[in-house]
Amino acid sequence: MSSVLYDVPGPKARRVSLIGSIVGTVLILGLLAWIVMTFAQQGILEGRRWAIFTRADVWMLLGNGIGATLSAAAVAAVIAFPLGLLLCLLRISDLPAIRIPTRIVLEFLRGMPVVLMMLFILLVFGTNQFIAVVAGLVLYNAAVFAEIIRAGIQSLPKGQREAGLTVGLTSFQSRMIIELPQAVRRMMPSLVAQLVVLLKDTSLGYIVAYGELLRAVQVMADFLGTQFLFPIFFVAAAIYIAINLCVSRIAVWIERRGSTKAAGGVAKAEPEPIEAAVP
Amino acid sequence: MDAVIESLPLYWNGFLRTLFLSVTSGVIALVLGTLLAAARVSPVAALRGFSMTYVEVLRNTPLTIAFFFAAIVLPRLGVKFEQFEVAAIIALSAYTAAFIAEAVRSGVNSVPVGQAEAARSIGMKFGQVLSLIILPQALRTVIPPLINILIALVKNSSVAGAFFVLELFGYGRQLANANGDQVMAVLLGVAFFYLLITIPLGILASTVERKVAIAR
Repeated sequence: MSSVLYDVPGPKARRVSLIGSIVGTVLILGLLAWIVMTFAQQGILEGRRWAIFTRADVWMLLGNGIGATLSAAAVAAVIAFPLGLLLCLLRISDLPAIRIPTRIVLEFLRGMPVVLMMLFILLVFGTNQFIAVVAGLVLYNAAVFAEIIRAGIQSLPKGQREAGLTVGLTSFQSRMIIELPQAVRRMMPSLVAQLVVLLKDTSLGYIVAYGELLRAVQVMADFLGTQFLFPIFFVAAAIYIAINLCVSRIAVWIERRGSTKAAGGVAKAEPEPIEAAVP
Repeated sequence: MDAVIESLPLYWNGFLRTLFLSVTSGVIALVLGTLLAAARVSPVAALRGFSMTYVEVLRNTPLTIAFFFAAIVLPRLGVKFEQFEVAAIIALSAYTAAFIAEAVRSGVNSVPVGQAEAARSIGMKFGQVLSLIILPQALRTVIPPLINILIALVKNSSVAGAFFVLELFGYGRQLANANGDQVMAVLLGVAFFYLLITIPLGILASTVERKVAIAR
């Protein structure tokens, strides 16, 4: 870990570190004070502006935004995972005629901005916003899930597949019964970390006018008056970040808990040199 | 197809704007991210705490919210921008720096303990250990993940199109609205220009991963 970079600090180093900590804290407090002062000058801290959070309808609109965000993310995740498994199986097929076209499709899907896919589906197929957002998220994340699971299969000890083939399983059976279950368990932290990316990407729905949390903020600010933009924005951003932090923690928890059922243990949730969790 | 061919100059403009946004924010994010990673492993507790908070919060913030903050909230706080590009670059580089900091930190952790111990035993100080011994090795290991983050940055720059910056996505949206009958061709044209940046970068990442990676 990071502590290898320096020795256990002696009295002098501890003093320097203490002074550094005090200076750092003062600087950060100063920055916070400046922000609060600016807010106060703009009148953002007036109680009147925050009083809207005592109103039930404001919370109901925020709740609707959160509901729209979470439902798009949940539907997309539920569809994207099996699709990712399927794409992964096609991508590692023994037949070049299946493997190569799948690879091209995956490269295409992973190389495009998600918001462009959403707009494409919205305009070309004339769907409603919900379907466009979900489909954009599904296409992109299925491709990423496929790559994560493929990395998992490749990281399994070679003997796993050899043993399966030796006892007479077909190539497909070995993939389904022996390799995939272990690969999914092994990559679980990365898969959950990718869920955070998916959840964050629902906010792109804002751009195609899907009524998610950020759009709810905009609508409320337009409706109630722009002086309420800041309070509503800060509350909404805090909710979003809190939800994402919770999901991130779950990924770290799974990583810590590990798994003895996957050969080679469980991969790390942090972006390792493999494809995991692309922002 | 007509709309695509007629608007090639627009596409080209958007392409250059996307490149400009990506390169500028990429450079700023690389510098900021490396500084954050250095702060994260430093002996000063306040710096570690600041860097950790920054990385955790920004990594869990949707990019759209970062853009909303930079383009709509900041100007009302008295931070005025002459051009929206500046807001876009601030949002993109602040967001990307958090991911770069994480990647560089995992690279630092991948350098064997003995390297730092050897450096310390010949009397190097923390700054020397980090800048002469650890970071050069760490950066080499993290080049492939860094390229992946930069690919994500190029794709993320499309969000700027929704916040008044006319880059590839922004022009694409305009053209799609103006040519209702050729939406598919127009948007596939936009996709082509994005792939023109992202796919070569992806190939570069996997080549580097194979060739430059240090065998440990």
